[in-house]
Amino acid sequence: MDAVQTASRQRSKQGYAGSGLTGLVVRITLLGVVAALAVWAVLPLIGARSWIGVGVVAAATALLFWIYLSPNRRLPLKYLIPGTLLLIAFQIVPVLYTLSTSVTNFGDGHRGDKDEAIVSIETASITQVPGSPEYDLAIAADGEDALVFILSDPASGKYWAGNAEGLRDLAPTDVQKGLSGKITEAEGYTILTAAEAAERSQEITDLAVPVDGGGIRANGLSRAFQGTSARAYDEGCDCVRDAVTGQVWTADPGHGYFTDAAGESLPQGWQVSVGADNFTRVITDDKVRGPFLSVLWWNFAFAIISVLVTFVLGLLCAIALHKERLRFKALYRTLMVLPYAMPAFAMLLIWRDMFNQDFGLINTMFGLDVGWFSNPWTARFAVILVQLWLGFPYMFLVSTGALQSIPTETLEAAKIDGATGFQAFRRVTLPLLLVSLTPLLIMSFAFNFNNFNAIQLTTGGGPFEAGNSTVGGTDLLITYTYRLAFGGQGAEYGFAASVSVFIFLIVATVSAIGFRVTRNQEEVYR
Amino acid sequence: MRVKIAGVAVAAALALAVSGCGSDDKKDDGAQGSEPGLVIWADDKRAPVLESFRSQFESELGVTIKVEAVSKDLQANFVTASQGDNAPDVVIGAHDWIGNLVQNGAIDPVQLTDAQKAGFNPDALKAVTYNGQVYGAPYAVENLALIRNTDLAPEAPSSIEDMVADAEKLKKDGKTEELLSLQVGDNGDAYHAYPLYASAGGYLFGQKDNGDYDPADLGVGKPESIEAFEKISELGKKGVLKTSIGSENSIPLFTEGKTAYLVSGPWAVGDIKKAGVNYDITPIPGFEGMGKATPFLGVQSFFVASKGKHKTVAQEFVANYVTGEPLATALYNADPRPPALTASFDKVKATDPDLAKFAEAGAGAPPLPAIPEMSAIWDPFGKAESAIVGGADVTETVEGAATTIGDAIKK
Repeated sequence: MDAVQTASRQRSKQGYAGSGLTGLVVRITLLGVVAALAVWAVLPLIGARSWIGVGVVAAATALLFWIYLSPNRRLPLKYLIPGTLLLIAFQIVPVLYTLSTSVTNFGDGHRGDKDEAIVSIETASITQVPGSPEYDLAIAADGEDALVFILSDPASGKYWAGNAEGLRDLAPTDVQKGLSGKITEAEGYTILTAAEAAERSQEITDLAVPVDGGGIRANGLSRAFQGTSARAYDEGCDCVRDAVTGQVWTADPGHGYFTDAAGESLPQGWQVSVGADNFTRVITDDKVRGPFLSVLWWNFAFAIISVLVTFVLGLLCAIALHKERLRFKALYRTLMVLPYAMPAFAMLLIWRDMFNQDFGLINTMFGLDVGWFSNPWTARFAVILVQLWLGFPYMFLVSTGALQSIPTETLEAAKIDGATGFQAFRRVTLPLLLVSLTPLLIMSFAFNFNNFNAIQLTTGGGPFEAGNSTVGGTDLLITYTYRLAFGGQGAEYGFAASVSVFIFLIVATVSAIGFRVTRNQEEVYR
Repeated sequence: MRVKIAGVAVAAALALAVSGCGSDDKKDDGAQGSEPGLVIWADDKRAPVLESFRSQFESELGVTIKVEAVSKDLQANFVTASQGDNAPDVVIGAHDWIGNLVQNGAIDPVQLTDAQKAGFNPDALKAVTYNGQVYGAPYAVENLALIRNTDLAPEAPSSIEDMVADAEKLKKDGKTEELLSLQVGDNGDAYHAYPLYASAGGYLFGQKDNGDYDPADLGVGKPESIEAFEKISELGKKGVLKTSIGSENSIPLFTEGKTAYLVSGPWAVGDIKKAGVNYDITPIPGFEGMGKATPFLGVQSFFVASKGKHKTVAQEFVANYVTGEPLATALYNADPRPPALTASFDKVKATDPDLAKFAEAGAGAPPLPAIPEMSAIWDPFGKAESAIVGGADVTETVEGAATTIGDAIKK
């Protein structure tokens, strides 16, 4: 006993010593990559003055260095930390982001903040002053490198230089024109090239040379126009006023819109927090709540049946190919896995075309005239069939693996005890298989519960009953809410996020129950 | 020893990090010199066309240009990019995006001179005008028409009834298998259904005095719309419209000679020519004794992004360069869609007789509504069409669709 222990200790010591140099090199390289990533991530954060982000990156980097540079005492952490970080990055952060989105009105028309909405409203209301001249423009800089518009009116032959203070007349002799009529030189100013002007784009956009009745603004690099902004934001009343019509739109901070007295809103809104509004809408709005239950039962049925049929077929195939003396076993296995190797996206579209009533392969081949996607039950059958074809290779693979891990002695023992083949399968093989496969089945359930592509790309949720275009016969919660959130006036991410939270709760509950059952099973068969 | 390892590791890691950002900096410096002066986004069909003009643009505008192809969801990607820091300067898209792009503050109005405005097809200019402002420089106009196989059907039909009678005869004689190829699909297609709906008296939105669509006046669910769908229902019962004909098979049915009539747009012509089918293009016939079957007008335009980094160059490009005849003609030569610029249209008309025919089929066509409320119509309207073609009760279906659309708009 002692000898064995010593030997193993020695081996571990040797192993540690042996990996010393390579280990160190690997460690240094990886930590170097971590540090480089951290620097790469921090620079834009510093630029954006997001000090919290900088703090998080610094803390995470320091943690990683501390763990991997300290002695073996923290060995468990070394294994745990990569997984934990990935879990945080790819699971917890998205869930938190979805949660934070679900309490806002984020969506089309409510994407930016209020200032952006105001800029957008004011820009959209700039119009050319009627009857004002069209100017030819050259963009120039004065002695202090400040921006100047060199303007000319081809109709009157006059020239000006304009900056934020106003217009100044230029003598025609001070200006040189090129062959194309473009101003190439102006006394006292440097004409900018297009590339130079492009770099000062923001400055040019912001410059409006004040004149009576508006400002002269650049329209591109070679023309200018005299424009006025009809609508302007007034901080005093927190409203937007139209100077031409006198209309007033007051800010509505609850909804993120400027609304006039008649309840009409300007299209450009901004993102605001709406509290639990999105959640109350899911629960109280008849349009959402009504079909929720009818969609829910089919959603469960679809997920459970998809898992069951693919599992049964996959398992049967695995058992059939598990025979020791079967010839061409590798060939059969390859053929069996083929559907799994093809891109599901394309296959779903091909299956959709195969179910076409008049031109589809299935009706043509069997001489049928079934409108597969026009009756809810045939449509449901069809989507399950597609799922079966797409999904059984996966089940076949995992079942084959699990079957091969069951020791033959166990089955021989059962045989000696007098069990028939079926009894041995039912009482010995299947329970042992399920212990290792149930977690995969639960995962498969969770995946199919939200299998958006399987429905959207085949039936599109249809068939739809007459007079009801919101919920179809094969709609899953995810396809149904997709239509609700993105089918109206543009995308409503806030609302979609709140429905996702509900779906998340359902799937999480079902998975938690499933895993609990598995754990009990494991204890029984241990 | 341990401290030493740690020290070495930290030093090495930092060195690596520093060398990493060192090269980063260098790359930034290099990029500064070659940073594009203008970034253009287009879908994957148009991007190569623009790319082929890139060097010409560059030498004439005097800035470097980068053309990027966005193959999927260009509009959604553009809106998302506009929120962040990656917005392009110019985007090419359909005019019916304008409503959504404006409410998201993604595009700016384009200031055109009166002379420039006069150069455009007035319908195209009307299509890109939204809330009284011109939001894009139109470059191509497209609409649906009736394309017929002249070997099978030498005469252009005067009405739908006329066309159905001829088609039924062809089918009875075993020359064709389908009466008409007009895409419906399992979930309907409002764009392709609209000409029939319009001919039978239906409308989607009423128009305000200034010609803008009025979202408060929804035509779906009005008695006219139910009557219009009754006519569509009849066509469904006769097998003229079928849910089994969708976007994936409508053009192949025609090119394979399985039907003599196809309702489609300029994008179908390439396939038809390749298949060697003799064809003619005429206006979509209306129902006998009813209105004209006017299709929707779609206008491809150049937009100036609000959040682009080189807005002045973008304005120069869109307002002063795209509006010129040489570029419009060149774009047509690369991708034959009817130019929106009258001068360019007249120039290529002589060599391409299809152009004038499509334009004739689109005479009087209303522009596709650009108001954001339109997106609430597509899905329910299409589904109602599909259900009705499949034999569902008309009144119940249309009223149901009207409720769905109304709810989505009110919200």
